[in-house]
Amino acid sequence: MLDIRDLQVEVSGERILKGVNLTVNAGEIHAVMGPNGSGKSTLTHVIAGKPGYDVVQGEVVFEGIDLLELSPDQRAREGIFLAFQYPVELPGVRNRQLLKSALDAVRLHRGQEELSAREFDKLFKTKVKEIGMDAELMKRSVNEGFSGGEKKRSEILQLSMLDPKLALLDETDSGLDIDALKSISESINRRVSSDRSTLLVTHYQRILNYVQPDCVHVLVDGIIVESGGRELASELEASGYKSFKDKDIQE
Amino acid sequence: MVVNLRGLNMSGNSVAHDQYRLDFKELDGRLVPDSPSWLSENRQIAFSEFENLGFRTTKRANERWKYTNIAPLARTGFRYRFEPNEDVVTIRSIRELLPWHEDWTRLVFVDGMYSDLLSNPDNNSSDVYVGQLREAMVDRSDVIENSLGSLVSYSKDGFLAANMAFLSDGAFVHVSNGVSPRKVIHLIFVSTGDEDPMVSYPRTLVLAGSGSDMTLVESYVGLLNNSYFTNAVTEVLVEDGSKVEHYRYMKESQDAFHVGTSRVQLGRDSTFSSSSFSQGSSIARNDLGVTFNSPGSSCSLSGLYQASDSEHVDSSIDIDHASPNCSSDQYFKGILDGNSRGVFSGKVLVRPEAQKTIARQADKNLLLSEGARINTKPSLEIFADDVVCSHGATAGALADELMFYMMSRGIDEKTARSLIVYGFASEIIDKFNLAPIRDRIECLLLDGSDFQ
Repeated sequence: MLDIRDLQVEVSGERILKGVNLTVNAGEIHAVMGPNGSGKSTLTHVIAGKPGYDVVQGEVVFEGIDLLELSPDQRAREGIFLAFQYPVELPGVRNRQLLKSALDAVRLHRGQEELSAREFDKLFKTKVKEIGMDAELMKRSVNEGFSGGEKKRSEILQLSMLDPKLALLDETDSGLDIDALKSISESINRRVSSDRSTLLVTHYQRILNYVQPDCVHVLVDGIIVESGGRELASELEASGYKSFKDKDIQE
Repeated sequence: MVVNLRGLNMSGNSVAHDQYRLDFKELDGRLVPDSPSWLSENRQIAFSEFENLGFRTTKRANERWKYTNIAPLARTGFRYRFEPNEDVVTIRSIRELLPWHEDWTRLVFVDGMYSDLLSNPDNNSSDVYVGQLREAMVDRSDVIENSLGSLVSYSKDGFLAANMAFLSDGAFVHVSNGVSPRKVIHLIFVSTGDEDPMVSYPRTLVLAGSGSDMTLVESYVGLLNNSYFTNAVTEVLVEDGSKVEHYRYMKESQDAFHVGTSRVQLGRDSTFSSSSFSQGSSIARNDLGVTFNSPGSSCSLSGLYQASDSEHVDSSIDIDHASPNCSSDQYFKGILDGNSRGVFSGKVLVRPEAQKTIARQADKNLLLSEGARINTKPSLEIFADDVVCSHGATAGALADELMFYMMSRGIDEKTARSLIVYGFASEIIDKFNLAPIRDRIECLLLDGSDFQ
């Protein structure tokens, strides 16, 4: 589904990603773990098309399409979704309005009809309940006055509504209490199917107690220094990132 | 340096001055035979003040104009129009430019001159007078002489002096004690422009009698896309226990200059609310001052200003709490694109006697491009100790982050932008209680896009 080859990325002349190779097949959950500043967020941003990053080498191919040629909205319509680490507040833009516009755009692109207001509301209501969002909160502007946890839940609600092929979760687990973490993990697990994939970026091993990845990658200083099964996460939990950093230096 | 219009300057202002002097002489000659003597005298004094003051173009010791450079305006010799250009203006042509309702009382001024054809005045009853200032000066001379100019001092401000010097007509709104006109009062000032830069001096005097209640709209629009100068002055006297709901709609041409000065005085237990919308203009200045002279009154001021390309929009708000138990609330928002510049300065003065004052002010801006800039300067000067005052300014949320967020959900750029702009503005738009104004603003903001 997603093929990243030798991806090298700069921000203001500074090299952040130094040759990332990563393949995510349909139906898989991958976790990318790494210390702060290792380039985890940059990786998700570049896949989603956030401006401000210079791709100096490499390619990002999604289902045969060169993603780097597409604008962020085109990528989203092709089936990519980024759950933000720090979701922005959109004053005056209602959640319903954002999601209806987004879903209409995505459905039209898929060759489906737009949902009627009634169909949309029904779906919206179901998903709000499923995620455990406060329905009153959803009447507000997007993320405005939301707590950190509420913002993360809202991101998952959007993910669930738009039902993309590939979900990029940028530290969605950080700052969550245990109940929210469980609930969000359930949503991620509910996604699992033969044609949907998830790339989960995290600093901590904690969420991997609830979401079982098919593959774990360790990103240190812009390079994936090790890939393996879920046991790699436990190894990290025990020894930290330091051993990988040392390994990286030795290499 | 104060640019003295008597010709002793280096920036070509003498040319501008010659034009003003020529026009003043001509106008004075035409007006004097029919004008009350107090008015003629005032105009003479005002013109000589104007010659002394000019339009100040320096930054030093000119705090009120610190971020707005009016040199392009000051050096232009704007001509006064003596003959009406009514032919190019029809109901149909102005309807498309304005908030409109057939039922509203309407005074239309074209390039400062009253248009009988386009207006729909209301001056037949003793309760309400909405008509020409020129006629009222004859019919209600005492009232006008006592109140016209009572809130503006032209000895310090060149714009006010020029407006007074060239005062030949204007709008007069007088609502008697205890009366609540059913109809919205709409004062419309249309500029047609010309090949040569032209100037008009709209003048409005509003008297809200004790216990009265009115809704008033002032609109300033440009018909053609050319350079002209609108130098407008509005005075609103809100007497005890009365309520004035005021709106100001400004959509001048992109190359126009607009300096609008409004002064409001609030009587005991009165309420004044004002919402303004400003779009367009090479330089636009919306200068609003409210004075609390008696206890128990409140004002709520809000505004939305929008500029693009190289437009410049300046909002200057001045609140003087000179009496106890009053409250003032300012909420302004700006949307800036291209290389435009926004200026917001909101000053609140709470005098020692103004105990129990509540004053809030906020200014928020949305910057849609890297070239757009905002200078926002809220200031509170508090000399009373038992008050609740707050101010907040967000210099500018850059729209980039918001745009990426929306686009990452599959929403195309144009739609995302409209949603952001509309969402940002909606809080202020909601303060316009008249649907025709809301509709116009929405239409302008969304530029033809369609959203619910």
